[in-house]
Amino acid sequence: MGTAASLQNAPSREFLEKLFRTAFKIRVFESEGIKLYRQGLIRGYFHPYLGQEGIATGVCAALSEGDYIASTHRGHGHCIAWGADVRKMVAELLQKETGYCRGYGGSMHIADISKGNLGANGIVGAGTPLGVGAALANQVKGSDAVTVTFSTDGASNNGTFLESLNLAAIWNLNYILVVENNQYAVSTRIEESTRDTDLYKRGLAIGVESHQVDGNDPLAVHAVMEQAVATCRAGKGPVLIEAKTYRHMGHHVNDPGKYMPEDELAYYKARDPVDRARNALKEMAGVSDDEIAAIEAEIAAEFADAVEFSKNSPEVTPESFREFAVGY
Amino acid sequence: MATRELMYREALREAIDEEMAANPTVFIIGEGIAERGGSYKVTEGLLAKYGPKRVRDTPIAEAGMIGVGVGAAIAGARPIVEILYVDFAMLGMDMIVNQAAKFRLMTGGDGRVPFIMRTQGGTGGGVAAQHSQSLEALFYHIPGLRVVMPSTPSDAKGLLKYALRQEDPVMFLEHKHLYMTKGPVPDGEHVVPFGVGDIKREGSDVTVIAWSNMIPRTLEAAEALAAEGISVEVIDPRTLVPLDRDMIIKSVLKTRRCVIVQEANRRGGVASDIASIVQEECFYEMDAPVEIVAGMDIPVPFNLTLEKASVPQKEDVVAAVKRVLHVQSLAAAAE
Repeated sequence: MGTAASLQNAPSREFLEKLFRTAFKIRVFESEGIKLYRQGLIRGYFHPYLGQEGIATGVCAALSEGDYIASTHRGHGHCIAWGADVRKMVAELLQKETGYCRGYGGSMHIADISKGNLGANGIVGAGTPLGVGAALANQVKGSDAVTVTFSTDGASNNGTFLESLNLAAIWNLNYILVVENNQYAVSTRIEESTRDTDLYKRGLAIGVESHQVDGNDPLAVHAVMEQAVATCRAGKGPVLIEAKTYRHMGHHVNDPGKYMPEDELAYYKARDPVDRARNALKEMAGVSDDEIAAIEAEIAAEFADAVEFSKNSPEVTPESFREFAVGY
Repeated sequence: MATRELMYREALREAIDEEMAANPTVFIIGEGIAERGGSYKVTEGLLAKYGPKRVRDTPIAEAGMIGVGVGAAIAGARPIVEILYVDFAMLGMDMIVNQAAKFRLMTGGDGRVPFIMRTQGGTGGGVAAQHSQSLEALFYHIPGLRVVMPSTPSDAKGLLKYALRQEDPVMFLEHKHLYMTKGPVPDGEHVVPFGVGDIKREGSDVTVIAWSNMIPRTLEAAEALAAEGISVEVIDPRTLVPLDRDMIIKSVLKTRRCVIVQEANRRGGVASDIASIVQEECFYEMDAPVEIVAGMDIPVPFNLTLEKASVPQKEDVVAAVKRVLHVQSLAAAAE
């Protein structure tokens, strides 16, 4: 597994602060979002990314403007790491006209095509072919943009996982498949879903450069991603990255996750990705506790502002929906 | 306007060729479509002209191919995915139904999916149950898809060119029996918009609505009926979604009688839906109930006699037209 220590040059404060800000922003969004859910302000499904923040944070930090991402049903973290507007995200969850999708999409469908975010997806595994398709479009257009699909251990046993990665491989696409292995497909443990739980080997089997990394270490994820992006831009893609991680709770807000062993959960909580990003900022860049507290307060205020904005946003109306529906 | 005689497959090729020349984001993928030129020779010569980036063979992986096409469309390209048989599109239904059809709504209207799946269906010479289906009703049922079923070379070209210029996912359903048929195609720029039907034969006694390979069969029936003094108007909607309701209603209000012919089996079919539109709009002006001539509600058998028995033939259309005209009872009354 790659580790932070494998970085050749000491990362800058600016970079470390960016990583921490992203990871913490996701943490705030999910923990505060769950509170809004419990208050009845958010309806429908809500799949928290708590515990997995290190992956989206490290991956997106290695990408550039013009690149593309495709996400999962557990997609809030990917959107935030990609630089989404938190106001528009919260407004979407609150079903408002000002949301990313006018309240028509919801948590599982937040997308921003203008910025290369192909969207979260309610169908497990669907982001794989869609991401490969974006990579194909870019190759046809002569662009060197890279497309990342955030996928999962749950999706890895779906047929499109192999079909899509294989297409990316035969066409040498600028494509990175990030498999977030949180070890549960809803409630089914990975050992019950597959014989070999090292999912990066799936890529090796079809000739794709593949890596395994500690997904709870944002710096390690970033390091392996930088390498993968370089491989792609050199025309030698695709690359598969398996990032091992663990959820801090059940599959969605209303799943208590009783099937997750307590000692295992404690093991991963002791390796919390947000704590690690914070510690890196303190230890590697010498940032003080006060400075960190100020950053955290700023991010919390940004979320509070987004909630206010969303509460004050206009409701979607059946009249405008009927207009939208004309010609469907 | 000057025209040329082209085969259906040549007309399709012209459409792809012209749009690929005009728009560098148009590309095509499919099984055996590059060097080999496709099982129906629609893509012959395109590899040499546009190169391997824009004309690609794929592995046999329909879900992946269709999904990749949908993703490419979302990301701003104009992919054509050729699926050998519409039966095989069933492997990619998640990508069609849950992704392509829903993306525009799920993104509040911002995300568009100009994805084209070209495929072919219908019975044709004993290719049996998994290579003979007419599955348009499945796509017709899903909001967000466009369903196109050209019956002539001219329509095939014009509709495919239009498909490559609009913004929604298109199920472009060709028919295996039509690839070798010939017809006049206008010279120069020829684009047929969606939602505009075509009167394939004008008539005054009865309206017959049909599409795809049922059009030539219905035209044969109309010719035979003309010899008996019965004037049949044959309407081809050309696109089932969007459907040219106005043309259908106008024609039925004129003839006061309506027969709908589909090769697909009857249960849950498009003909039933069109019949419901006709009765809703024309009920009080009609002289007979709507007749539907459709395939049997059973998979298509291999045996050629049974295959033929399982889908509408010319004689079935003739008989249905006579029923709505009460020809038998009139003859009986005269005796």
